[in-house]
Amino acid sequence: MSDLWASIISIGFHGLALAMVLYLISVGLSVTMGLMGFVNLAHGAFAMIGGYLMTSLMSRYNVPFALALLAAVVAVILISLVLERLLYRRLYGGDELDQVLMTMGLIFISIASVTYIWGPITQPMQPPPALSGQIDLGFRTFPTYRTFLIVCGAVLVTLLWLTLERTRFGAQVRAAVDNLRMAQTIGINTSRLFAITFALGSGLAALGGALGAEILPITTFYAMDNLIYFLIVVAIGGLGSIRGPFFAALLIGVSDTAFKYIAPELGAFFIYALTMAILLWFPRGIFGRT
Amino acid sequence: MALKRVLFGLVSVAAAGMSQASAQTVKIGWINSYSGFLAQAGDQMEKGLNLYIKLHSKDLPPGVKVEFVRRDDTAAPEVGKRAAQELITRERVQLLMGIVASPVAAAVAPLTAEAKVPLVITNAGGVSIPRISPYVVRFSFTQWHTALPIGTWAVKQGWKRGFSAVADFIPGHDAEGAFVKGFTDAGGQMLGTVRFPPATADYAPFVQRIKDAKPDVAFVWVPAGPAATAILKAIKDLGVREAGINVVSTHDLLPDEELPNIGAFGAGLVTAGNYSTMGVRPANQAFLKAWNEEYKGKAIPNFTSVAAWDAAHAVFEMIKTTRGKFTGDEAMKFFSAWKDPNSPRGPIAIDPATRDIIQDIYIRRAEMKDGKLINTDIDTIKAVKDPWKELNPPK
Amino acid sequence: MMSQISPDPSARAAHIAEFSARHRLRWLEALPWIAAIAAYFIFPNYLALGAQILAIILFVLSLDLVLGYAGIVTLGHAAFFGVGAYTAGMLAANGWGEPVSGLLAGGVVAAVVGLVSGAIVLRTSGLTLLMQTLVVAAMLYEFANKAHRFTGGADGLQGMEMWPIFGSFRFDMFGNTAYLYCLAVLFLCWAAARNVVHSSFGRSLTGIRENVGRMHAIGAPVARRKLIIYTFSAALAGIAGGLIAQTTQFVGLGVLNLERSGMALIMLIIGGVGQLYGAFIGVPLYMIAQDRFAEADPTYWYFWIGLSLIFIVVFLRGGVFGVVERLFGRGKSP
Repeated sequence: MSDLWASIISIGFHGLALAMVLYLISVGLSVTMGLMGFVNLAHGAFAMIGGYLMTSLMSRYNVPFALALLAAVVAVILISLVLERLLYRRLYGGDELDQVLMTMGLIFISIASVTYIWGPITQPMQPPPALSGQIDLGFRTFPTYRTFLIVCGAVLVTLLWLTLERTRFGAQVRAAVDNLRMAQTIGINTSRLFAITFALGSGLAALGGALGAEILPITTFYAMDNLIYFLIVVAIGGLGSIRGPFFAALLIGVSDTAFKYIAPELGAFFIYALTMAILLWFPRGIFGRT
Repeated sequence: MALKRVLFGLVSVAAAGMSQASAQTVKIGWINSYSGFLAQAGDQMEKGLNLYIKLHSKDLPPGVKVEFVRRDDTAAPEVGKRAAQELITRERVQLLMGIVASPVAAAVAPLTAEAKVPLVITNAGGVSIPRISPYVVRFSFTQWHTALPIGTWAVKQGWKRGFSAVADFIPGHDAEGAFVKGFTDAGGQMLGTVRFPPATADYAPFVQRIKDAKPDVAFVWVPAGPAATAILKAIKDLGVREAGINVVSTHDLLPDEELPNIGAFGAGLVTAGNYSTMGVRPANQAFLKAWNEEYKGKAIPNFTSVAAWDAAHAVFEMIKTTRGKFTGDEAMKFFSAWKDPNSPRGPIAIDPATRDIIQDIYIRRAEMKDGKLINTDIDTIKAVKDPWKELNPPK
Repeated sequence: MMSQISPDPSARAAHIAEFSARHRLRWLEALPWIAAIAAYFIFPNYLALGAQILAIILFVLSLDLVLGYAGIVTLGHAAFFGVGAYTAGMLAANGWGEPVSGLLAGGVVAAVVGLVSGAIVLRTSGLTLLMQTLVVAAMLYEFANKAHRFTGGADGLQGMEMWPIFGSFRFDMFGNTAYLYCLAVLFLCWAAARNVVHSSFGRSLTGIRENVGRMHAIGAPVARRKLIIYTFSAALAGIAGGLIAQTTQFVGLGVLNLERSGMALIMLIIGGVGQLYGAFIGVPLYMIAQDRFAEADPTYWYFWIGLSLIFIVVFLRGGVFGVVERLFGRGKSP
């Protein structure tokens, strides 16, 4: 019986780590989709670029872990700001099909660009020695890096919640998500709000992509291969919220790991069936707003 | 319609005849995985081929040139099949070479029979592929070459209870079958098997299954490349070896180019393979010297590179002997009788009965030497023919 | 679109007359078929590629029906394509290699999948609908991947043996038979699609796409119509999948993946959505360009396709059709 518990804890733990990575990447997507009503299929590309930048800074230039991470996030924020200004801005409030197509185009460009710069081979990710190996939490040992991931995720969720609930910026975002027109009439500069939120969301994605490089490996097709997972987290969690994607990511992360363990022959099938069922009952997501 | 077909057939034959009569350029179709989850293996294979071409193009008879037409199969069988079809019908290649992934080779093989164009396989290890068409010859290895001996070896260590975890496609299935055969024939007992998707990234759930089964020995098989490092990471993270489970595999788990990434954790792992950069023989020393001159330490050769090298050698020798004018049947006859005592991996030959490779297999233990992980041979099995074909003669 | 009708009564009458006469064949519509038959004689080495192009035209045409005419934005249309491919493929791999019946079977099974999935997902709209279509395709992909005793899984469906069509026309690797077979099937399906589009049912779809609220208000059975066109489109997509399976004698998981659905969307956008002929323009353009440029190094190909897509969306609305119509000053046709 204790063996069963040990397996359950292990699976739960790994599922939690996956959930944190999914959350970090998807929360930005949820907020921007809820805020700008924009279907950004290319969101995963920001996570991917974050991953590429960090891993290559670390492996090719021996930049320390924290610094490489920071550099990657900052770089992606800048890239996303430029893209927002040049491209995304044109299609706000536009036809959904156009948004799907434009962001698909961005995915393809991202695939080509990273292949050109870094080649077709998966980027190796070596966590720093301080975060490698196992950590003893008293009742059992856990892989240190995964523990670190979980802690990061928890810290960031708290930070995000505090930002959204306690800062003026957060209040503005909430107002704009609830009712964009009203927010504009009371003087909120929505276009600047969009830009900042987009940048933050992309930065978080880069963080998630870089930190999660062991779990979601950095490949040239990253943005396309993982798209469905990010969209599922957002769709189940509900647009425009930061709480929703958290629980959705937990659900997806743990279920996916559990199903792979229990029935590896069936793969991700259950996750999709689960998603479909949830979306039928909650078309706007579990925490979605009207 | 029939008349058109006859006319078309006559024209094709005439064109083929004409192209042979003035064959100064031999066109070879090279199918490799430049993208997709096998891109690293593809890159290793490409480097082996390119090195040979660079060094030995001057050895061709005067007036005879070789042109390689390269195509990406993206490791997807339908893409590879289409590439092969176009190489044959549009580019009119006289020979097909390459292919990393067994599903791609299996999809391409039937075309070779219809078109009578030889396929020289430089990696794909699916055991039954040479039987799909009489125009297929393989220079690499099969999973039975490597996985069966390791199964036998494991039981000899006193490890009686085994578990296997393999990637869920042709080579993984072959490896699993081979290990189980070797293991159980020697008296071992399999506690279970698990198969995971070929392009898996996070191996934790599957490795947990290994741990739960508590075997004496676990056989894991992944396609050679980054997957090897990833699954070893999971094995390390979950403390599988610390729990008393021995891990064995084929050379796919410890390919030479990944040894630096795997590092000290790999020490003690035993695998069976057909090539290691540590092999001590003049042909290997010469090969490594040429490799390092060309790639200047930016790449490490592995068994895929050597297979491409050996195949290129056979193909070039065939072209030299026939002066670039050969039919598919003549080429196959040449390859079926091929013997090369001086391959970087040791002596190799093609078995005329099966058109598959005969080679020495080495059992190696990984160990740290001068701060680097290397494979040290602990046993050699000479002149191994593909065991699966020996055990399963054609009906 | 409809709001382009001017208040001037004679112009309006002319417009309505033109609209009512749309179902009649115009000589321009014979062009694609003439071109296709000419290609058969001019490019004998490229018939295998040509057969693929024809089959994919059918697939993209089916997508046009749901997207361009009914306004359903789907990223999972490959589900029906793949189901048709695997049905036809599994029949041929298990002893029944008769092409026409295999093709029909593919169409029927795909239609059933379309009907069932449509009944579930078409209730939703917007992002949720997009997600559900994605999820359906992903589920089928996983299913095909795992059921590898039947489908071959990641190895692909090996061992397909096609019998000659009507007993006499053998499938060869040069694609002669395949090309004419695909052309004939495309023609028949196109004729059917054209009839549907120009029928009153088809017109009502335009209404649903443009203004759903008003369609409800005039009592049109919106949900049922959407389901009907979705099912019909799924059948056509299934037939297209069957064509690919039969002419290449292989089915791989790629028939069901996101890239397949996405590429179909791209090809349709390039040609022009909702014009019935967008597929006939976009597919050959895309596939021939891909054949020329993408073979040895797909990296640059992805880049240019991505760039073109963004360019079209931002600057060249309406694809090739849109450009042509703007050049010749005609109002956008419904």
